[in-house]
Amino acid sequence: MPAMIDIADANKTFTMHLQGGIELPVVRGVTFQVQLSECVVLSGPSGAGKSSILKMIFGNYRCDSGRIGIRHRGALIDLATAEPRQVLNVRRATIGYVSQFLRAVPRVATIDVVAEPLIAGGIGRADAQARAGELLHRLNIPQRLWQLPPATFSGGEQQRVNIARGFISDLPILLLDEPTASLDAANRAIVVELVAEKKRQGVAMVAIVHDDEIRHLIADRIVDVTSFAAAA
Amino acid sequence: MAEQDLLETGQPLLIADSLSKSYGRIAACRDVSFSLYPGEVLAIVGESGSGKSTLLQLLSGQLAASGGQVSYRMRDGITRDLAALGEAERRLLFRTDWGFVHQDPAQGLRMAVSAGANVGERLMAVGWNHYGRIRESASDWLTRVEIDVARIDDAPRTYSGGMRQRLQIARNLVTGPRLVFMDEPTGGLDVSVQARLLDLLRNLVAELHLAVVIVTHDLAVARLLSHRVMVMKGGRVIETGLTDQVLDDPREPYTQLLVSSILPP
Repeated sequence: MPAMIDIADANKTFTMHLQGGIELPVVRGVTFQVQLSECVVLSGPSGAGKSSILKMIFGNYRCDSGRIGIRHRGALIDLATAEPRQVLNVRRATIGYVSQFLRAVPRVATIDVVAEPLIAGGIGRADAQARAGELLHRLNIPQRLWQLPPATFSGGEQQRVNIARGFISDLPILLLDEPTASLDAANRAIVVELVAEKKRQGVAMVAIVHDDEIRHLIADRIVDVTSFAAAA
Repeated sequence: MAEQDLLETGQPLLIADSLSKSYGRIAACRDVSFSLYPGEVLAIVGESGSGKSTLLQLLSGQLAASGGQVSYRMRDGITRDLAALGEAERRLLFRTDWGFVHQDPAQGLRMAVSAGANVGERLMAVGWNHYGRIRESASDWLTRVEIDVARIDDAPRTYSGGMRQRLQIARNLVTGPRLVFMDEPTGGLDVSVQARLLDLLRNLVAELHLAVVIVTHDLAVARLLSHRVMVMKGGRVIETGLTDQVLDDPREPYTQLLVSSILPP
C-alpha cells in the first residue's frame, strides 16, 4: 500500500526582509513517510521546526524545495508545487488540521463551528449538527454552551471545540498540533480514544505532543525533527 | 460535494490576460493575468494608489484597458471577450449575472426610493412585472440580509450605514449573479457592524456559490472571506497565492510589511 504522506528532502527558510534580509533557516532535508492507520509523532525541542513541518504538510507554509507528497483521491499530489485550487481541494477532501488555537468567526455558534467542515463537505445541516453534538458531548462541553460563540470560553473549552471541529470529518489524513496542551486528564484520555478510533478507520496522522505519557499512548513511530535542523 | 466537483472540473468564469491601464506616462495597472473559477473568492490587497481599484474597474468593464483582455464565460457556456460585447449585452450582464458592491452604498443604491423598490428594480430590469412577486422576493432578500421587513417601504437614506450596505448586497444578489465585484465593502463601517457584515457575506458567498473579486486594504477581511490573494504595489501584482499562505508565509518585502503592520486583536 502506498504511503499517505511522502515527504522527500523538503527545505524551508524564512527571509526576513524587514530585518535587513536575514535568512532564518527552519528545516532542511525533511524526509519521512506516513502510512494508513499510522500516527507519527514529531519530537524535538521548541523551535526545532515541528509546527513548521505540519504547516508545510498542510500547504500553509510554502517549501523552497523538495516534495510534499499527499495521497489525494487515489493519486499522489505534490503540495509543494500544487496550484492554490488543488491545495484547497486536498484540504476539503483529504487533510484536516487541528491547530493549537481556535480561530473562529465572531457570532457563529459553537455547534455550527464544529459542524461546518461536514456542511462544507455536502452533509445536511441537521445531520452535521447531530454529529457535532455527539462529539461536543463526548468532549464534555455542556449543551447549554452549544448555541454560544466559543470566543468567551476558557482555553481548555476552546481547545476541545477545536478538537471536535478537527475530528468530525472523515478525512484520511489528520495533522494535530498539541491537541492536549491545555486539557485535564479526563479530556486528554478522550483525545487518546479519538486518535485510536481514527487509526482503526485507517486515518494517517502526524502529531506534535509534548506530554510524554500521551505521546507514548498515541505514537506508532517517532520522527526526531532535530535531524532536520537547518542551522547545523 | 457540489462545491468540490465544480472547483475541480469547472472552467474559469473570468480570465484576465495581461491587463494594463496607463494614464499618459503613469501606469495604473501593469500586466495582470489570472483566472477566477466559479465559487472562488479572490482578494486584491494593497495600499491606496496600488492600482487595485483600477484593476476592479478594468475587470468589470467600467474602464477600457490600454492593453490585454478580460474574458467571461456567459450563462450559455461560451467565453467572450468583454471588450467585444455590445453595450446592451454588457448592461444585461451587469443587471443579471454580475453584482457590484461599492464602498459607499449611496453609489449602489437609489437613496430616495424605498428599500423594496431598490431591490425590486433589478428584477424589473430583467423583465419581472408581477408586483406581488417582486415584493415577495424583495421581502425575502431583506430578511436574508437581516433587515426588518417592516422597513421595506422606507428609503435607505433613513437607514444606518450597516443597513445600507446590507441593502446594497440584497439589491445585487436578487438576480442570482454568478460573479460579484466588491470594492472595500466594509470600508466605512464601525468594527462591530463590520463583523456582522463579514459574517453575512461569508455565509451568502458559500451558500450561493458566488465567485467574488474583492478589493480591500484590510488583511483581516481578506483572511476571512477569500480563498486566494493578489498583493498589488505600483500597479503590479507582486505576490499571489492561497490566502493563508500569503498571510502566514509572505515572501515579498512589501507583503511582509503589510502583514507585520496588522495590530494584534
